[in-house]
Amino acid sequence: MTITQLSVYMENRPGKLAAVVSELSEAGINIRAMSLADTSDFGLVRLIVSDLNKARDILKEMTLVFSNKVLAVEMDDRSGALSTILNTLNEGDVNVEYMYAFVGKQPYSAYAVMQVDNIEKAEELLENRKIRTLCDEDLIKFTK
Amino acid sequence: MRKYYQKEVETASREELIKMQSEKLVKQVRHVYDKVPYYRNLMREKQVCPEDIRCLEDIKKLPFLCKDDLRDAYPYGLLGTDLKECVRIQSTSGTTGKRVVAFYTQKDVDLWEECCARAIVAAGGSDEDVCHVAYGYGLFTGGAGLHGGAHKVGCLTLPMSSGNTDRQIQFMMDMESTILCCTPSYAAYLGEAMAERNISPEENKLKAGIFGAEPWTEEMRRSIEKSLGIKAYDIYGLTETSGPGVAFECEEQSGMHINEDHFYAEIINPETGEVLPEGSKGELVLTSLDKEAFPLLRYRTRDICILSREDCSCGRTHVKMTKPMGRSDDMLIIRGVNVFPSQIETVLLKMGYSPNYQIEIDRKNNTDTFDVYVEMSSIQMSDKISDIQKKEKDIETSMRAMLGIGPKIHLVPIKSIARSEGKAVRVVDKRKLHE
Repeated sequence: MTITQLSVYMENRPGKLAAVVSELSEAGINIRAMSLADTSDFGLVRLIVSDLNKARDILKEMTLVFSNKVLAVEMDDRSGALSTILNTLNEGDVNVEYMYAFVGKQPYSAYAVMQVDNIEKAEELLENRKIRTLCDEDLIKFTK
Repeated sequence: MRKYYQKEVETASREELIKMQSEKLVKQVRHVYDKVPYYRNLMREKQVCPEDIRCLEDIKKLPFLCKDDLRDAYPYGLLGTDLKECVRIQSTSGTTGKRVVAFYTQKDVDLWEECCARAIVAAGGSDEDVCHVAYGYGLFTGGAGLHGGAHKVGCLTLPMSSGNTDRQIQFMMDMESTILCCTPSYAAYLGEAMAERNISPEENKLKAGIFGAEPWTEEMRRSIEKSLGIKAYDIYGLTETSGPGVAFECEEQSGMHINEDHFYAEIINPETGEVLPEGSKGELVLTSLDKEAFPLLRYRTRDICILSREDCSCGRTHVKMTKPMGRSDDMLIIRGVNVFPSQIETVLLKMGYSPNYQIEIDRKNNTDTFDVYVEMSSIQMSDKISDIQKKEKDIETSMRAMLGIGPKIHLVPIKSIARSEGKAVRVVDKRKLHE
């Protein structure tokens, strides 16, 4: 299963990120996970949010938004958990393009948000190993 | 539905037109000589007097007027009537440092609005239409000209002015606008904004657009026509000559008919001032034929174009000018290479990018830096920086092939390039600051 990630591209200037985050918070949207990648002039912000459609509408008013499918892979919050996941993907020759993580509501649970070069293949490999991946509905439940 | 706003004039025979122009020219020259000391002095310097001007051919004897003259004579030096006779002032934004202020009597306003009305009717407009005017209102001639023209045609006129995209779209949908008048870059932007709001071109009631006040290309026309589901018509004019409506496109969309009953057009070699034969590419020179408050004789527009008198299927007999191919003064020299902003726009549109771009030139360590900022649309956006960087490299490669010099490309988020009165600011040349 996959979840939807929102990416926004913005000027690398003080206040720009704060403006985006405060618009989302005013609308009561919870940011589950976030990653920032930057060049010298611009930054790319990737977001996993509690209310996808509402967040997308708000962000669209502000700047350019891109949505795409990524994996959110469940793992125990203990050493070696990520290693298992990466080895699984590696065995299937799937390359990880970028990754960031967030912790879950359950104690000792964590999630790795991943973009890979072959998402269907990755889903299949993880499923065979009984490694759980989240879907968009899971994220809504998550915040409740 | 009528095909012409003023059929008799718009389809007059060449002989009738020439006769009309000659008579008007003789009067206009006399008017200017009597009322405008600034131009009278120019004529005396050239040893020409009004009696020397008896027919159209004689126009070659008259001196040229250029933008520097307007600046020298600012504000009242070229006024052709008492200020008391004037009812209106319009002006350019003056962002280039040379503000042009034009004056109008009531008759000038009426003739100007009639010229705009002709453009609206040529684009298929009638009293059945809802004319959505999204040119800037105020001193800028775009809003006032098309607004007045729409009234003359009897359109239901929406004086929207520029900006506030949400409100534009809401009125356009709720009031069922059928004709859109704005700058081409704003039309392109409205098209993108509607797509983002999931409004398909079929859902709006627009049928035509009248776009001008800034350079645009055929590629841009096609992209606007597709995104809004309309036919896009060009309109030409300058604040100096009243504003939009000097020339306009008909259904053929192959050049703009110059309103020859009000303006006489010549093409000259910009270097030598020599008048070139029909079909030559050169600088457009305009002479007003019946202006009262702000008459201009042989005004050098600095727009480079070609005139054609070939028969037009629309039935109009007035000469056609091509879309300006550049300005004699907007050519940039970067590291010794001649660059026209229109070349950059052509590359971007061919590659599917928005025509909203900005060229920034600076000088560092005695070398020119050349940067082009291009607004991305949602199609080009990605979740990977490396994707965006690759796109920048691809544009750089195409630009280098076109220009012989490669700019550094920066893809930027939508709406991040400054606009002034709806006009995108195309060139920022910081080299001048250091001189």
